[in-house]
Amino acid sequence: MSIVSPEKGWYSEPLDKEEKVWVAIALAWCLLTFFLMPVWHVVGKQNPSSESYRVDPVKFNEIATAFTEKYKVGEENGIPIVHPPAGSDVFVVAGGYQWRPILELEKGKEYRIHLSSLDFQHGFSLVSPKFVMNYMVLPGYDYVIKVTPTEAGTYSIICNEFCGMGHHIMIGKLIVK
Amino acid sequence: MASADFRTCPTTGLKVHLPAEGLIKANAVVAVVAILIGGIAALAVLLTRLPAVHILPADWFYRLLTAHALDMLVVWIIFFEIAGLYFGGTVLLNSRLAAPKVGWLAFILMVVGAGIVNAIVLMGGADVTFTSYPPLKAHPAYYLGIILFAVGTLIAVGLFFGTLAIAKKEKTYDGSLPMVTFGLMCAAIIAVLTLLHGAAIYIPTFLWSIGLLPSIDPSMYRLIFWGFGHPSQQINVCAMVAVWYLLATLTTGAKPLNEKLCRTAFLLYVLFINVASEHHLLVDPVLSTAHKIFNTGYVMHLAVLASMIHAFAVPAMTEVALRKKGYSKGLFEWLKKAPWGEPGFSSMMLSLLIFGFVGGITGVTFGTEQISIIRHNTWAITGHFHGTVVGGTTLAFMGLTYYVVPLIFRREIISKKAAQIQPYLFGIGVFIMANSMMFAGSYGIPRRHWDITFAGTAFPYAFDPTAMLFMTLAGLGGLLAIIGGAMYVLNTVGSVFFGKKL
Ligand code: HEM
Ligand SMILES: [Cu+2]
Ligand SMILES: [Cu+2]
Repeated sequence: MSIVSPEKGWYSEPLDKEEKVWVAIALAWCLLTFFLMPVWHVVGKQNPSSESYRVDPVKFNEIATAFTEKYKVGEENGIPIVHPPAGSDVFVVAGGYQWRPILELEKGKEYRIHLSSLDFQHGFSLVSPKFVMNYMVLPGYDYVIKVTPTEAGTYSIICNEFCGMGHHIMIGKLIVK
Repeated sequence: MASADFRTCPTTGLKVHLPAEGLIKANAVVAVVAILIGGIAALAVLLTRLPAVHILPADWFYRLLTAHALDMLVVWIIFFEIAGLYFGGTVLLNSRLAAPKVGWLAFILMVVGAGIVNAIVLMGGADVTFTSYPPLKAHPAYYLGIILFAVGTLIAVGLFFGTLAIAKKEKTYDGSLPMVTFGLMCAAIIAVLTLLHGAAIYIPTFLWSIGLLPSIDPSMYRLIFWGFGHPSQQINVCAMVAVWYLLATLTTGAKPLNEKLCRTAFLLYVLFINVASEHHLLVDPVLSTAHKIFNTGYVMHLAVLASMIHAFAVPAMTEVALRKKGYSKGLFEWLKKAPWGEPGFSSMMLSLLIFGFVGGITGVTFGTEQISIIRHNTWAITGHFHGTVVGGTTLAFMGLTYYVVPLIFRREIISKKAAQIQPYLFGIGVFIMANSMMFAGSYGIPRRHWDITFAGTAFPYAFDPTAMLFMTLAGLGGLLAIIGGAMYVLNTVGSVFFGKKL
């Protein structure tokens, strides 16, 4: 009975064979899952970035705006389209329920995407029929994601962290050529 | 202690301290009111998420989403747990409650806190969802309500420890604590650690909301918030497991096979559960990889080990008890002849299965940095925790209620038939909903999102039609769960008011 005190001597009661076997199986399973993550971190190719910097949102916006003006090649729905040099540092700013600018990246080239927010916390969620990729975007922090696009196409960036009443209209774009 | 303060339960022979009984009743009633409000919000939110129905405007969607999470995850579950602590500390130990007046103070603080939170959320003063990540700011009363609630909870937990102390001093029980009380005590220890984290985050945030602090660092907030939010889910796990043991004993007379093993497993929860909280932050800036891997990998698995031990021990003790009753033919006669028509038994087994296979496995997988990249903040996460905290904890608590009503309220359940099928409806509904949410999430369907068709936005994106199919399935499963939930509320409230007096 789990609702009364156990009989005296419960502390020295040995484990049954079945119990020992189960604990061993459970422990083995736990060790396996424990090792999977660090091992996969080394052998796998899908790890979250850990490069980030503290940044003043105003400063980040200045840098990103200068970057956008320098490499601007067009505009869609009021959002600038930029085509930065292959392999460079590129910027995406979250704020005012927009992702700015629209990046136009080249297939097979590595870029360093800098993500930060000017107002609230946002969820950078790159969606496409083939895959999904999510990162948190916090005001005051510059999060650097290294990416090498492998497939040409147009990708959507939606926001998947609640950021206020305009949360659901916050959607942007990323183009790979 | 005056013996006039006690009655003896005719069914179990347990001694019930009347002032404790009053508090158990009050806390249980508020819990059921909370699940009623939370359930109404669930229905509205669920229907709004389906693009074909979409009943609420955006602001009310986010508001009711906030209310749903708070009323369910916080108010329903914690009031029920406090009732459980008073039960485990007094009735199971034949003891009196240390200080009933303190219990009422805690109760009032919690009710006032919960009331303020609900009012301010519904008035539109806290459109921040239950995580309230800054710089999103709610009205100061919101944080104040949470703090009052937490202080009340801390007092109630303290009262439980006080009760354990006097029960020991007055020798109301012989030897060690019963397993259920031991499990609840572990939950209470985790609760104290958790509430301290809660204070560390809500007090500064409250000060910020009234302008006394200039800002709250968003990253620091996330770290401490989840240092509070994650362990508080472990309170729920620990309390749920204690309820599994309780239900196994109440429905089959089962007795833990190896006390030491089960108690060690409970201790593992206490020791290792406070880590792993950073699985919420795997795709955050700021924290280093080593930090994230250590926190989410290193010791989380010992807590998983504990759950696996319980998930073995509870069915095993049930099997032994049923075999002793003569159902010993072959491997599975005991399983076939088990009391599947007893709501306590079915909800215990369903809770165990859903918690383990739906909530547990996905928790361990989504909590790795690699998978987090593809699942973070998608509907898959919502699916995961409806597996743990709804299919697991809530279902176990529902099953227990069918015993609380006759034993504590001394009323017969008005519809035994409804009680029989209710756990299946709720369990199967949650099972379908949680799994469908996970499939939908794997296509990138975001959580907490009013309109995934992105109608009228600059660059609409159309999700895969399969994802939409899974959303519809989640809707159907959710409706089933809501019918199950409504049956639970009607049957228990009806019984408390109109059930035959026992
Ligand atoms: C009656 C069955 C229930 C149904 C149909 C249901 C349905 C839902 C739905 C549709 C959402 C919104 C998901 C989103 O938009 O991202 C949700 C969120 C949530 N639910 Fe439930 N739910 C139920 C019961 C519960 C219970 C019993 C609990 C807690 C014990 C709970 C805790 C939560 C939490 C914490 C959230 C997250 C809110 C957020 O993301 O801000 N639910 N639920
Ligand atoms: Cu956003
Ligand atoms: Cu958002």
